[in-house]
Amino acid sequence: MRLVAERIRYAYRPGTDALRGVSLAVETGDCLFILGANGSGKTTLLDCLSGVRTPRSGRVTVGGIALTQLSARERARRIGVVPQLHEPVFSYTVSQAVLMGRAPHLGPFARPGREDRAAVSRALDMVGVTDLRHRPYTGISGGERQLVLIARGLAQGASCLLMDEPAAHLDPHHQHDVLRVVRQLAAEGFSFAVTSHHPNDALLYADEVVFLSDGASIHRGVPADAIHEGSLREAYGMEFEIVRGEDGPRAVLPLTGRPGARSAVRRGPDRRYGKS
Amino acid sequence: MSEPRRRTVWILVLAPPALFLVALLVGRYGVRPDEAFRALFGLGESSDILRSLILRVRLPRALAAGCIGANLAVCGAAFQGLFRNPLVDPRILGVSSGAAFGAALGLLFSASAAAVQGSAFAFALIAVGLVTVIGWRFGSSTLVIVIGGLLVSALFDSLLGLIKYVADPLSNLPAITYWLLGGLSASRWTVLPPLIVLTGVGIIFFVLFRWRLNLLTLSDAEATALGVRVRPLRLAVIAVGTVMVASSVAIGGMIGWIGLFVPHVARAWVGPDHRVLIPASAAIGAATLLMLDTISRTALPSEIPLGILTGLIGVPAFFLLFLRFLRARGEVR
Repeated sequence: MRLVAERIRYAYRPGTDALRGVSLAVETGDCLFILGANGSGKTTLLDCLSGVRTPRSGRVTVGGIALTQLSARERARRIGVVPQLHEPVFSYTVSQAVLMGRAPHLGPFARPGREDRAAVSRALDMVGVTDLRHRPYTGISGGERQLVLIARGLAQGASCLLMDEPAAHLDPHHQHDVLRVVRQLAAEGFSFAVTSHHPNDALLYADEVVFLSDGASIHRGVPADAIHEGSLREAYGMEFEIVRGEDGPRAVLPLTGRPGARSAVRRGPDRRYGKS
Repeated sequence: MSEPRRRTVWILVLAPPALFLVALLVGRYGVRPDEAFRALFGLGESSDILRSLILRVRLPRALAAGCIGANLAVCGAAFQGLFRNPLVDPRILGVSSGAAFGAALGLLFSASAAAVQGSAFAFALIAVGLVTVIGWRFGSSTLVIVIGGLLVSALFDSLLGLIKYVADPLSNLPAITYWLLGGLSASRWTVLPPLIVLTGVGIIFFVLFRWRLNLLTLSDAEATALGVRVRPLRLAVIAVGTVMVASSVAIGGMIGWIGLFVPHVARAWVGPDHRVLIPASAAIGAATLLMLDTISRTALPSEIPLGILTGLIGVPAFFLLFLRFLRARGEVR
């Protein structure tokens, strides 16, 4: 399902806008990475996309319907959120945690039944964590917990999934385990919006990227086009080198000024685009 | 259902009625089961003293113990989930400080037992009402509600201190002190209906909502993203929970600790899923208070206040139980 933000503004306090007119579109079956420095508004943007926060102006639509026209439950059946890694207080089992995703399908006094348990099994299976279902959710690794939270989003019935820093605190292998599943699900038609601190992850896993800087979307496009020295400098306020392979940029390296750090880098042409 | 699971269910279902029976039979005047049975159902002839003992003293008291135990434990379980904090007990919102002040105010003017209970109940609700207003006004986050509870508790604690300070040290002050220690000696039929009704309604509410309580243990943003309307649900749980607790502190006084520790034992035993945690807490709470109250009536010639007994016996016993269950779940060595 297509998720679109049109010139959304959000302010935590009057006068200081955290988002200053951000526009973006997550196409069906695409994985959009939202890049930007700390404090640039990534998490606020994600909260507005999920409907947890309501933008002061502008609008968010999912499948062509404005979020403000959907009830909380209808919204949750379309959009799922995979929050940042955190230590849960109570040790629910993995299937109990995924079962919570059935909330938008159940009335206030209803308890989950056979249909809901079937949805949980399907979701666990799609993400490949069926083996973990009886384990306590507090006793699995960070990467596994991310996968379980993706499964919760699938159990919700959501076709758009929003992920806040899924790679934070994960080593490259576990990170790959999570983002590989994201790619697979995107290929099956799910849409993803993923925030990240790491432009390299966007080069590896994104269909599209958008840079946020100070609450505004500054560069958008496919990663090979949008990630360049200019956009990186503008987003992070420092210089980067782009490592290029045969088929475009393969990695970005911050220029640290250490001797030898540049020797392996072939400099590409400085491609700079205007604001999108 | 697996074998240990089935055993757990049987223990939890049978323990409260078994201890209820024991509470009817045991005391300074021992009663044989068949005598009790005849007195209860009016079969055959039984002495008037026996009938009166069973029907007018022990039965209401056992009912009060069972209700208050289940009531405090269920609210404790719900509140610990709601505040995502296993150190919370139902008194966190000022309900017991309010009740203590209300009871002391009644005792200061040497009011009747029913008036003292009414005043305790009313001030318990006033205290929680204040907290809820503070919470609603400032966004209903758990932090605001907890701090509101601390402030209101502190206020009523000071007012209680003031009453103790001005109370007659020969008559009113001992009565206040004794009330604050907690106990069920005031449970007569006349005062039971509100307790039984509010406990029943409250437990039905929590049993119906028990799966939704799982959702309240998530962060606000996470629960909102799952389509849960957090604010009204949280305030409903707080409102129902505190009215329940108010009805039990009004009769039992300051029975600490049941609402804090019973849910822990229940969680260590059956896990954190409120679908099983709520009924398990109710059963363990009722059984525990029935047992403790029987001991409080029988251990010494004069009654030991429950508030003292819960600490002296309950704390070590439950600590050992708790450790055992945690070991069984592999959470401590």
